[in-house]
Amino acid sequence: MSQTTQVLFKNRIPGKTVFLKEFSANGGYQGLKAAIQTMTPLEIRELVKAAALRGRGGAGFPTGVKWGFFPADKPGIKYLVCNCDEMEPGTYKDGVLLQADPHQLIEGMILSAFALQTQVGYIFIRYAYEKQAENLRRAIAEATQAGYLGKNILGSGFDFELHVHGSAGRYILGEETALLNGLEGIRPNPRLKPPFPAVRGLFGQPTTVNNVETIANIPHIVTGGAEWFKDLALTPEGSGTKLFGLSGHLNRTECFELPVGIPLREVVETYGRGMWKNKQFKACLPGGASTPYLTREHLDVPLDFTSLEKVGSRFGTAGVTAFDEDTCMVAVTLNLIRFFARESCGWCTPCRDGLTMVRWLLEMLESGKGTPEHLELLKGQLKNISGTSFCALAEGAMGPVAGLLTHFEQEIVDHIEGGRCPFSK
Amino acid sequence: MTPIEQQTTDHLLDEQALSEFIQHAGEIEHPREMIIDVLRAIQSHHGWVPDEGVELTAAILGLTPLEVEEIATFYDKIYRRPVGRFVIHLCDSVCCWTRGAEEIAAHLQKTLNIEFGQTTADGLFTLLPSCCLGCCGIAPAVMVKQQFYGPLTPEKVDELIAALRQEGSA
Repeated sequence: MSQTTQVLFKNRIPGKTVFLKEFSANGGYQGLKAAIQTMTPLEIRELVKAAALRGRGGAGFPTGVKWGFFPADKPGIKYLVCNCDEMEPGTYKDGVLLQADPHQLIEGMILSAFALQTQVGYIFIRYAYEKQAENLRRAIAEATQAGYLGKNILGSGFDFELHVHGSAGRYILGEETALLNGLEGIRPNPRLKPPFPAVRGLFGQPTTVNNVETIANIPHIVTGGAEWFKDLALTPEGSGTKLFGLSGHLNRTECFELPVGIPLREVVETYGRGMWKNKQFKACLPGGASTPYLTREHLDVPLDFTSLEKVGSRFGTAGVTAFDEDTCMVAVTLNLIRFFARESCGWCTPCRDGLTMVRWLLEMLESGKGTPEHLELLKGQLKNISGTSFCALAEGAMGPVAGLLTHFEQEIVDHIEGGRCPFSK
Repeated sequence: MTPIEQQTTDHLLDEQALSEFIQHAGEIEHPREMIIDVLRAIQSHHGWVPDEGVELTAAILGLTPLEVEEIATFYDKIYRRPVGRFVIHLCDSVCCWTRGAEEIAAHLQKTLNIEFGQTTADGLFTLLPSCCLGCCGIAPAVMVKQQFYGPLTPEKVDELIAALRQEGSA
């Protein structure tokens, strides 16, 4: 079993939420105190780049590089926005983190705001996370009282105010420009890029949007240093730990903090305690609903960004959803596509009409009414939708379809030839 | 703010919440960002958001009703039609599906004698499908009044319905 240093979950006691007193007693806000006195904003940005932190919200873009595009020295109002929309099926790690330890995100927000020289921050949080929003409001009040938020933070001359912004459902709000529209109170369709949010973001001002787990890592990088952070990972290409949310046909479906680069087999067998009802592992989504499937042949693949790209999938959010041998992968893909088609905002045709067509094709195939022509049409839609949609939603939606066609085309053929789903009892 | 005073708004928002929203909207640079907060407060007070709720939100924030309506109709957790006292959101996404959400869906429909999108005749329950609730670790799950219940079995569904019925008759 891999040695697992607990960084993000070091204060976590299931069923309990840690607030300022306990957070401070275990080293909380030490990173902020040290950095704000001794480091320049540029030094923090460079440190994050050196630590090779990659975004934890799904896309995996290097945070330091993203921050490098940000006009931190430009005068005028700038915003830091934390994306806690977390609505991708199989992904629940940010919810667990904020149930356990909300101050960690607050400290990360203040440090990130200082690094980027933003005066105002928002934490955009999904409707279902009302408890987490309450935790954050309390933590913000405590941090303000302690002098970590507000005017002239810790005598540094730096001002930062932080707000929690609620939502009312809809997956598209996780797309950063849709989120900015949602935050402004306009219809949350995605925006055209460029201009990127770093140039014209919230209320037309320079804005950076980062995921909860990404920002929660910043205080630890500041305290521990870039080399320490990189060494937390098991693979040379990886860095840091990762919160893995386990779900599906596993015996234990909980959220664990594990090193980046842990092999899939260990996640399934050690942490998931094997497959539910003593069945065999067939496939999994390695990082949320938009990541192409892994199969039995991938059990020894290290779970990190680079290794998963090499096998045609993505690390995503590390929400691992496992499927057993009796699961029909056409049915799984249909369930996923129903989600994406329903959550499409309708702004662009490939997503609005394309996903609807893919859903219909999969319904035909799954019900046994499919023909070889339907299979060909499905392959065609993969080409028509991938790379042509306005934002990443439809692109992500086609991830499982690509995985289905790569690894389970024979299963589709069996549905066509048998005139029924071979897995239905 | 004359239009608000002319309206009878008690059934939409209590007086204190209304005055706080009006005050806050006057203090901040971008009052439009409050749309969801106001709509959620109206829904919490009134049960759902009627046309007058959209108009009141617009009046508070200095917007047109249409500007509020295009937000209100976008989000699935804002109800623009009457709902029962308890809205049961059943997750139909993949993790819950692997753990028997279809069986729970069938059981709920049978027990409540309604289909998804409908409300029971006594006005107690509305049944709605929902995308992933973030309950992947306790699948299958439902959300009722932002509380979560899972992992569910038909028996646990019966217990939940009985408890909610009791709460509803109290």
